[in-house]
Amino acid sequence: MPGSLPVLNRQAVEYAMAVGIAANCDISNDCRFDRKNYFYPDNPQNYQISQLYAPLCTDGSVEIKTQEGKKEIRIHEIHLEEDAGKLVHDEQTGTSLVDYNRSGVPLIEIVSEPDMRSAEEVIAYLEKLRLMIQYLGASDCKLNEGSMRADVNLSVRVVGTKELGMRTEMKNLNSFKAIARAIEGERARQVELLEEGKPVIQETRRWDDNIGTSYAMRSKEDAKDYRYFPEPDLPPLRISAEWVKEVKARQPELREEKLVRYQKEFGLPAYDAGILTGDKKFADLFEATTALCGRHKKVSNWIMVETIRLLKECGMAPDELSFSPENFARLVVLADSGTITSTVAKEVFELIFRDDIDPERYVKEHGLATVNDEDALYNAVRQVLRDNQKPVEDYHNGKEKAIGFLVGQTMKAMRGKANTELVNRILREELQKDENM
Amino acid sequence: MDLMGLTAVELGRKIRRKEVTAEEAVLAALDAIEKREKKVHSFVSVLDREAVLERAAKVQRQIDEGSLMHPLAGVPMAVKDNLCTKGILTTCASGILYNFVPTYTAEAVRRLEEAGAVLIGKTNMDEFSMGSTTETSAYGATRNPWNTAHVPGGSSGGSCAAVAAEECSFALGSDTGGSIRQPSAFCGVTGIKPTYGTVSRYGLIAYASSLDQVGPVAKDVTDCVVVLETIASYDSKDSTSAFRKDCRFSEALQDEVKGMRIGIPHGYLGEGLDKEVREAVLHAADMLKEKGAIAEEFELNLASYAVPAYYVIACAEASSNLARFDGVKYGYRTKEYEGLHQMYKKSRSEGFGPEVKRRILLGSFVLSSGYYDAYYLKALRTKALIKKEFDKAFLKYDVLLGPAAPTTAPKLGAFFSDPVKMYLSDIYTVSVNLAGLPGISVPCGTDRNGLPIGVQLVGDCFQEKNIIRAAYALEQTRGYRRSPLCGEGGAGDEQNI
Repeated sequence: MPGSLPVLNRQAVEYAMAVGIAANCDISNDCRFDRKNYFYPDNPQNYQISQLYAPLCTDGSVEIKTQEGKKEIRIHEIHLEEDAGKLVHDEQTGTSLVDYNRSGVPLIEIVSEPDMRSAEEVIAYLEKLRLMIQYLGASDCKLNEGSMRADVNLSVRVVGTKELGMRTEMKNLNSFKAIARAIEGERARQVELLEEGKPVIQETRRWDDNIGTSYAMRSKEDAKDYRYFPEPDLPPLRISAEWVKEVKARQPELREEKLVRYQKEFGLPAYDAGILTGDKKFADLFEATTALCGRHKKVSNWIMVETIRLLKECGMAPDELSFSPENFARLVVLADSGTITSTVAKEVFELIFRDDIDPERYVKEHGLATVNDEDALYNAVRQVLRDNQKPVEDYHNGKEKAIGFLVGQTMKAMRGKANTELVNRILREELQKDENM
Repeated sequence: MDLMGLTAVELGRKIRRKEVTAEEAVLAALDAIEKREKKVHSFVSVLDREAVLERAAKVQRQIDEGSLMHPLAGVPMAVKDNLCTKGILTTCASGILYNFVPTYTAEAVRRLEEAGAVLIGKTNMDEFSMGSTTETSAYGATRNPWNTAHVPGGSSGGSCAAVAAEECSFALGSDTGGSIRQPSAFCGVTGIKPTYGTVSRYGLIAYASSLDQVGPVAKDVTDCVVVLETIASYDSKDSTSAFRKDCRFSEALQDEVKGMRIGIPHGYLGEGLDKEVREAVLHAADMLKEKGAIAEEFELNLASYAVPAYYVIACAEASSNLARFDGVKYGYRTKEYEGLHQMYKKSRSEGFGPEVKRRILLGSFVLSSGYYDAYYLKALRTKALIKKEFDKAFLKYDVLLGPAAPTTAPKLGAFFSDPVKMYLSDIYTVSVNLAGLPGISVPCGTDRNGLPIGVQLVGDCFQEKNIIRAAYALEQTRGYRRSPLCGEGGAGDEQNI
């Protein structure tokens, strides 16, 4: 709107600082904003507030791990800018619509040095950044929703050459898989060009993941002159050493620290710790739940097995988990204390997973507590033995396995609520009696 | 009773004392507009009579209840058409915003409305404030109430003419390179350009963001000060807004300048300055001396670089600020076009006037790669050096005194053919914006044709009180003179002088 003015979002600056600190950057005490001018309807002012001359963070690095071991990827700078709107092309009517909801939302651009040598390294680097930023709470980093985007600059060179080759930039990469494919595709394209004796042209290319190929959007010759100049509506931002210290002090525990702590403090296997910290949502759920009920290994198992199974079944992402740690903790206690059987526990957990029910109330209301009443179990076992002559015979003929079936039948008769140990014991006793008769 | 002949503060006092109602006050303004607007054309749009009366009645009820005690409660005001007003057409006197009705009100206007001032219309201006005569308006030129053959100055010419023609009790203008001070001088009224950051720019449609500042135009210093106190405030919606501890400017309304150190930049009195203007300005200095001030001429270096530096910086920012007017979201869109780029080109070519296009082209050029360092960067450095020169001057002086413009108001059309001549007429005012300083223009005489002359007083940053005190002392000696259009016998009509 004419007359409206930009206001810098303090939280956004602090998030950017937090990312900069986590990526071992220098935080500039003199941070300035510049205007990048270009006409395009995705930006209501036809300019974007960005940082060209004095970015917030510079000279950092992160460590990645690949098959070949550890490697350091240098970060040139991290700067703040405002997001543009989103253009939606309606092919039926041949018109374009603009969604300005995203317009003016702060974003950070992390510019790496040309240190990555393979698609694997690129994915490892992006994964590293994503987890780091998720842990810092700065963004949910979803590529498919655009809250994390990556432009890949790529060049090839003859083995042994020092100079980097001419690079291209690829845009429109909406998933890690697409990025990996785009890198392979572009690498092959450039190698082919060079082998044919043709030059690689410095240009921006758009990757089409559906057909697995990229096409040129614009080359350097028709590169726009953005007529950058200092943003007059936002004064330079002075960042004091105290402010950096404050943000540093508030820095949350990152993945690497959690990974070590989960093993040391809770005695979890490295495998468990890896899975739990591999997604911030899992780590948050694990910590919130264990804070209520302890039983770290049990909680870990519930997350690693049942939760992940249900997520897969429902086609959900971990951050879509919506049940409360309170109900989860109650369930873990109910199951661990033997109040409900594992069969019942799994059933109830599904209900928690879907509707966040209170398991204690549910178990009570539906009479699902484990039956320890020996008379009731005795009657049930006798009935099962009567109804299943064949397996009983099998058992007596030495087929030890048949007892499993009989236990199952008894459990079924008890609607899963029977104390399995008791059922086993009574069943064996009764079968023994048969034999002795 | 001649309500429009009163100052805003006098009228407000009568309203508070129940001698006059707010409705009567705004009706007097609307009647004056009906009578004189044909001759002056101060307004782009005058508000609907019913709406104004309704608003006045609401204010009157609050006054009667005792919930509204502000000195400006019930007083009719006019606002420059580059300040957004919710639900009221806001055009910047440009064809490209011919139909733009904002969804919100500018902070400065909102504060005045909260104080009970009643908006009666949006005043004419040079298109997007680009001009010094109010002739670049897409809605016709405004004329000077002292002689309608002459321009009122600009770019806030409509606001100054409306005050001089007594069509409102006071007005808001904006000043990017002299746009309040120069037309105030030409129209024989008083105008203040506050220190950059004093008044929120939220809702002011930007010309050059780093130089724009909203300020008051009124009959006298007291009115200006009361308006300024009302609109000055820290605003979190404007990141360039300054947090000022002391905005009690009215404390400086004292006829007391004993010992005040006044510097007169030597270069401001030299070549290009009209003889009569020079005499009137020096006479003003003498009046202050008589009251005990110490005045002397001094050398203010770099003054001649101010105009080129100003036009480079202002145009650069304008080229970017005005990029949003593209026909996509609001305002004018060309009727026929093929594709996005033609729509952009045609909408902007047809929507903007020639002066605006000239400045957008100039601004785009000085920011282009390859020219940025030679023009824009150099202008920024010049700006910093000019600020340093002022800093040095304010070690020695409390107030700098000089003309607001080299001549009195020229005839309509005189500048139109020669933009460079128009740019050079900003020589005494633009450096104040480059340095972010406060400046005031007060009437100090008339030339042989009866056209007003203004003296400009400039203070150091945040030292408005010094210039207010000096201006007030001058005014006490000379008093306010009404424009002939409002005096007896309907003088002020077109005269061949």
